[in-house]
Amino acid sequence: MDDLFALTLSTLAATIRLATPLILCAMAGLLSERSGVIDIGLEGKMLAGAFAAAVVAAVTGSAAFALLAALLVAVLLSLVHGFACITHRGDQVVSGVAINIIAAGMTVVLGNAWFGRGGSTPDLSPDQRFMPLHLPGAAALRDVPVIGPLYADVVSGHSLLTYLAVLLVPLVWFLLYRTRFGLRLRAVGEAPAVVDTAGISVVRLRYTGVMLAGLLCGLAGTFLAIAQNAAFQREMTAGRGFIALAAMIFGKWRPWPAFFACLLFGFLDAVSIRLQGVVLPGIGTVPVPLIQALPYILTVVLLAGFIGKAMAPRALGTPYVKER
Amino acid sequence: MTKAFRPATSAAPDPVPPLEAGRPAVELIAIDKRFGTVHANRGVSLAVARGTIHGIIGENGAGKSTLMSILYGFYEADGGEIRVNGRPTPIRSSADAITAGIGMVHQHFMLVDSFTVLENVMLGAEGGALLKDGAARARRELERLASEFGLNIDVDARIGDLPVGDQQRVEILKALFRHCEVLILDEPTGVLTPQETDQLFRILRALRDRGVTILLITHKLKEVLAVTDHVTVMRQGAVVGDRRTADTDAAELAELMVGRKVRLDIDKAPARPGQAALMVENLSLIDSRGVARLSEVAFALRSGEIVGIAGVSGNGQSELLEVLAGMRAPTSGHIRVGDTEISAARPADPAGMRRLGLAHVPEDRHRLGLVPGFAAWESAVLGYQNDAALGGRFLLSHRAMQQRCAELMRDFDVRPPQPLLGSSKFSGGNQQKLILAREMVYGPRILLIGQPTRGVDIGAIEFIRREIVAMRDRGAAILLVSVELEEILALSDRILVINQGRIVGEVAGTDADERQLGVMMAGCAPDQPPHRASGAS
Amino acid sequence: MSARPGELPRWIDIGLLPILNVLMALMVAGIIVAAIGADPLSAIGFLVQGAFGSGYAWGYTLYYATSFIFTGLAVAVGFHAGLFNIGGEGQAYIGGLGAGLVALAFDHLLPAPVLLPLAILGAALFGAGWAIVPAWLQAYRGSHIVITTIMFNFLASALMVYLMVDVLIDPGQMTAHSRAFESTAWLPSMREALAWVGIDMPDSPLNLSLLWALGCCVLVWLFVWRSRPGYEMRATGLAPRAALYAGIRPARVTLLAMAISGALAGSVGVNEILGLQHRLLLDFVAGAGFTGIAVALMGRNHPFGIVLASLLFGALYQGGAELAFEIPTITRDMIITIQGLIILFSGALAYMNRPWVERLYLRLRADPAKTEAVHG
Repeated sequence: MDDLFALTLSTLAATIRLATPLILCAMAGLLSERSGVIDIGLEGKMLAGAFAAAVVAAVTGSAAFALLAALLVAVLLSLVHGFACITHRGDQVVSGVAINIIAAGMTVVLGNAWFGRGGSTPDLSPDQRFMPLHLPGAAALRDVPVIGPLYADVVSGHSLLTYLAVLLVPLVWFLLYRTRFGLRLRAVGEAPAVVDTAGISVVRLRYTGVMLAGLLCGLAGTFLAIAQNAAFQREMTAGRGFIALAAMIFGKWRPWPAFFACLLFGFLDAVSIRLQGVVLPGIGTVPVPLIQALPYILTVVLLAGFIGKAMAPRALGTPYVKER
Repeated sequence: MTKAFRPATSAAPDPVPPLEAGRPAVELIAIDKRFGTVHANRGVSLAVARGTIHGIIGENGAGKSTLMSILYGFYEADGGEIRVNGRPTPIRSSADAITAGIGMVHQHFMLVDSFTVLENVMLGAEGGALLKDGAARARRELERLASEFGLNIDVDARIGDLPVGDQQRVEILKALFRHCEVLILDEPTGVLTPQETDQLFRILRALRDRGVTILLITHKLKEVLAVTDHVTVMRQGAVVGDRRTADTDAAELAELMVGRKVRLDIDKAPARPGQAALMVENLSLIDSRGVARLSEVAFALRSGEIVGIAGVSGNGQSELLEVLAGMRAPTSGHIRVGDTEISAARPADPAGMRRLGLAHVPEDRHRLGLVPGFAAWESAVLGYQNDAALGGRFLLSHRAMQQRCAELMRDFDVRPPQPLLGSSKFSGGNQQKLILAREMVYGPRILLIGQPTRGVDIGAIEFIRREIVAMRDRGAAILLVSVELEEILALSDRILVINQGRIVGEVAGTDADERQLGVMMAGCAPDQPPHRASGAS
Repeated sequence: MSARPGELPRWIDIGLLPILNVLMALMVAGIIVAAIGADPLSAIGFLVQGAFGSGYAWGYTLYYATSFIFTGLAVAVGFHAGLFNIGGEGQAYIGGLGAGLVALAFDHLLPAPVLLPLAILGAALFGAGWAIVPAWLQAYRGSHIVITTIMFNFLASALMVYLMVDVLIDPGQMTAHSRAFESTAWLPSMREALAWVGIDMPDSPLNLSLLWALGCCVLVWLFVWRSRPGYEMRATGLAPRAALYAGIRPARVTLLAMAISGALAGSVGVNEILGLQHRLLLDFVAGAGFTGIAVALMGRNHPFGIVLASLLFGALYQGGAELAFEIPTITRDMIITIQGLIILFSGALAYMNRPWVERLYLRLRADPAKTEAVHG
């Protein structure tokens, strides 16, 4: 019984940890796509951000500088995306694919040229990273039954970036539904011509959405490279950007549902790690790859309209051209 | 025969404020605009007096929409000057226009369907970084405007759920909310019934009486004569006339618009209808949103006659064409072509309908009639790509296709007669002639034609209309859909009037009278405002 | 409106502009090479030498190009139907599985002339099958094909890991690959095939798949531009509503286009599994599916352009491997980067250069003396 409780706690803690980059990227995708710009490039921006964070942390020894560098690099890639899709009205999916591939290639090329470790960066010491924070009272409350361990082991003990990610969900919600910027952003994703005739710049709004997405991807990359891990490895995002994209779609382009989808997908990830090599009575070896595939399967099923209807922003994917 | 252009109002003409009173609210001076090789505005100058309704009239492509888009900051002019209240006012964006007190009601409403009325009105004039700051104020202001101008609307309704007439009011409210002093309306009546049009005009007069200056763009003479104080006529990008409405009449304006005497009727012998080629019985269509687009439509189309469908656009005529052409399955009822019956249980597809001898000239030439990315010779077989004469079982013969295209071009005088040229490179009239040629070449027993002369130049209009009549005389059954009442009157042997997806009346072509049709098109007694299906725009 | 497509002569539209785009991508790559302290010019030298310097090098270059032709054609067929098939990677993976399963099942029973066509068919059918599910979901359930094909890439990967680790693994082996096929399931290498006609060629992974790839180019060309279903497919891709009006069933076009696309992508398995590895293993596609996107965009979705683009990418892959020997700071990941840059410049930024080229052209044409120079 105690074992089961401990296992549950550690799985929940792992869920939150694994969900962090998903939440950040899903909110990123949400901001971009709500402005009408498809963001397939979450993966690439997160990867580039992770690389920048790891490099700067290794060179300067400062986690804060590392974070800044990650934000900068991810936003730069966002600008490339914006330049192609907003300024030159290029295909948004093609541009996103390009960004993913460029990031996958360049991080290794540069990493190898600078550190000669086959694309990895040097290992970081704790003071160069975002380490787990122990919330006040965690140790004192530990002995309180149920709530104590829950607080100490699940709620407490995550990095600053994780708390930031969770905080971002209500923030993004507030931004979208309670502010002037949000109203305009949602409008430009639905009907850019309306925004244009209202005297608001479609281009500026979409660039803002896309760049905000870059910022959040940079945060996600920072988390991966210098909070969850202590160095950059080649292709370390390992498809998380796409899982986040799936979570965003699963959440129907809305912050809270997307957040819960991220938790669900994080949980599946945590469970599949836990079940690696476990033989369950009656089932045999758990087919872990199939559990890992569940987020993709769920998203496909959702998109097929078997679980409600996913309503994408109406102008998503269409470049804005003034009509005569 | 100028019955199409008789002014509709019998009410006393509105008092015309003298143009000299005060400075003009808006002056456009020598506005020039080119799009590539198209000279859309050639040194256009006009002055609009404050507190008047000023009509700008011209055919499609006369440059009036371009001019207004320049005034509203959608395009920047290549040359010329805009003055608002006598002051030179450069307008480079819609934001500049809004600042200058100019508002616009677009032909296609500029509203976010998934937003509420309130959100739509606030968009761009939120009154603060947080929505809650401005929302209360916006509510109060909307209430005030509603009571002052009779523009009642539920501010919390979703735009997508509102009828078209209400959506247009939201557009006007949006402009007033931004304190506009000059309101531009671009073809505002295209989607309205005559009754909704009357309501709109009442609102416009109320606005004018409270000092708002109104610019009304239209190609409908009747409306200009009914509601404006002053009218500017444009043709081929230039101003060709400037009149006080009281001093002019339909005939003069029509001549100015077109540049030569308009021939309204074409010579045609009385129809000699034969057997019924197409029978429509109890045909209904309910769309995916649950809105009834067609209700219990029933009629027979006989060979050797032209039946016109008259109606305000958005009343089901497009859907009727699509169902008859096999592009949409009906929800109930059936269609009989010869021995074949088409129903919801046994739907047809466009290829099947073509095999039954039904040809279709679609309403939307650019998106349906041809493939803009294809060369003319490829578009010239669209819909007939499986014709055995065009190649082998699996492969198409490019030579046969090009030869076919060359023949079609010769027979219908398509210019330039170059099959290799891209489909999109031809003018509207020549594209239409090519489509007509393609649909007529197989000698169809039934021909559906939607908007045959929309956006087509005068010379081609006559040619196309003669070909339609000639086709009838060869024994084809022709169903004509057009929003131009004048065209329906000129061509039809019988006229069916459609309203809210219902056939509400039938008139013989020779007895038809525009006013009578207008009342029928509204679908109800004039004092009872029509309720219309939403989302038709 | 100001830049109406088609106001430029064809040689600019299908020649000059695509070349300009590729040059810009390569220029950016050159800047990166210089930034990491290598000399771009000598890098190009090593690259060209490594890709074309010997029969052996040519063999490798063409071997890589073979896979890229398949995936490039796959993406192009999708584009012509208005579909962006990002799932080439997964379809190639599953195609290889199809070829491998046929080989494993029948290599003891059937002679090569019967087995090989069956295995090739197996690759095509499995690839097509993996593509038809997203196609069906788009056609009948309205799911967006871009998203579903991405998801299917991951699903293919998960499925293969599961199959290779838990099901098809050669018993007694630690690495996750199947037993080797009997030689009846080996597609002859080009060296063997040329030896039959008395030509000597150094050993390389190049195999007869290349001929099948070139054959597919011709078939795709015939299908897209000369056939009745091809006409319907292009009409659907260019103007979906017009296609509907013309009696073309969009769902059928989607299914057909994706089936062909998947079959082409699946044929990568012929090259990799039957032609080279002769056993099933993990990760043999190695990004060829994504390279196909770059190849199709660069080759303007035309088989001739795709062959040229595949050759370029084959050379980059092979030359890049050699280059990494000579200049250790430039790894093969540089080639991945170039690929991404080409997708960016030839795809997303394809029309970036058009306005100024158009202005330049119109100015030159206005001056007849200079026009001579341009055409001559």
